[in-house]
Amino acid sequence: MQTHTEIGYNSKVEGDVVVTRLEAAINWFRKNSLWPMPMGLACCAIELMATGASRFDISRFGAEVMRFSPRQSDVMIVAGTVTYKMALAVKRIYEQMAEPKWVIAMGACASTGGMYRSYAVLQGVDRILPVDIYVAGCPPRPEALLDALIKLQNKVAKEPVLSTLKKVA
Amino acid sequence: MSGAPNPAPTNPPPPQIETAAGQPSTVTALGLAQKLKARFEGLISEPTEFRAEITLRLSDIQRIAEICSYAKTELGFDYLVDITSLDNYGEDPRFTLVYHLYGYGHLKYLRLKGNVSEEAAEVPTLTGVWRTADWHEREIYDMMGIRFKGHPDLRRIIMWEGYPYFPLRKDFPLSGRPSEMPEVAFTQPAPLAGGPFVTIAGGKDTVSREPRVRIPDTDAVEMNARLERRRDIKGAHGEARGPGPIQPKKERG
Repeated sequence: MQTHTEIGYNSKVEGDVVVTRLEAAINWFRKNSLWPMPMGLACCAIELMATGASRFDISRFGAEVMRFSPRQSDVMIVAGTVTYKMALAVKRIYEQMAEPKWVIAMGACASTGGMYRSYAVLQGVDRILPVDIYVAGCPPRPEALLDALIKLQNKVAKEPVLSTLKKVA
Repeated sequence: MSGAPNPAPTNPPPPQIETAAGQPSTVTALGLAQKLKARFEGLISEPTEFRAEITLRLSDIQRIAEICSYAKTELGFDYLVDITSLDNYGEDPRFTLVYHLYGYGHLKYLRLKGNVSEEAAEVPTLTGVWRTADWHEREIYDMMGIRFKGHPDLRRIIMWEGYPYFPLRKDFPLSGRPSEMPEVAFTQPAPLAGGPFVTIAGGKDTVSREPRVRIPDTDAVEMNARLERRRDIKGAHGEARGPGPIQPKKERG
């Protein structure tokens, strides 16, 4: 379902009134405050930290609030190699996140298992989680992660909100 | 706080290794190996040297703790560098354990090797000699399935408790085997699809030995035949075109 994403703002209108649709407003809030759950498992986590640091500055996109608690997170960034030993822990943390929630598979390992065609490594985190954005690279540069974040923002902006609510009988 | 400086920590002096003449001498790894061999006559092979490293083979690995205890207390090997294990798949005895010893007093290395069969797959622990043996032995137990008698805490260290295989054994496939432990972990075979990381023993060149993708049911004979065909094609086209090697300048005049 396609929804309108524009927010009309007219400074001529008295009282700074913003006219929009509720759905667009909610999505606008959501996409500009995507709090990440940093699931740093390997070297991609270093790039994730660089993305958060001042040079690349993920706070330009409202996603600087790295929450180490799944209860307060919106997007899980799986940064690194998911071993089978870790897999169910990752899944459990994802399940503890409150809806709505999204997943970015950062790097080759999280996307496909990467170079670890091995008995010990999960061959892509999408075998246990619904992944929204895959980022190529080993590890991806911070720009690539920011690009993924922007793509996720675009996706969030188009998601239906009200129509997914369940009607009270 | 008193003005007197703290006394520098002093290490205990290394044990004095004396020659037959009773004179202290420069200690050699070979000399230490000979001493160990003399103490455990008939149990230890003649020392072999490779690239200035001394290796001793033990005929009975069940006495490894006793030997290492002597090496530590009397010969000054106060540091256990590593314990590793080899899988000589298809041979009997199947496993080889390798102990690397080092002494901070004399700065010499010594390597001990001993075999253990697949049926026994159990050797005495060295945790009573060097406490650091604890994790080394747990790793060997985890990856190779060799148990250590008398180990205080013989659990898996990398894989989870309940994982049914020993992944570093030669008969364990690279892609892994499926397993399932509810609420703990699961595994599935990795999709190798003939590559990457496959090697074909007996290939004549690197392209034959390590192809980008392994075509199913190819072996070294087939890969070498391909190598010959490549040569034929190259021969038909002649040598590589382009400028030849740089000729030295002719002298003028």
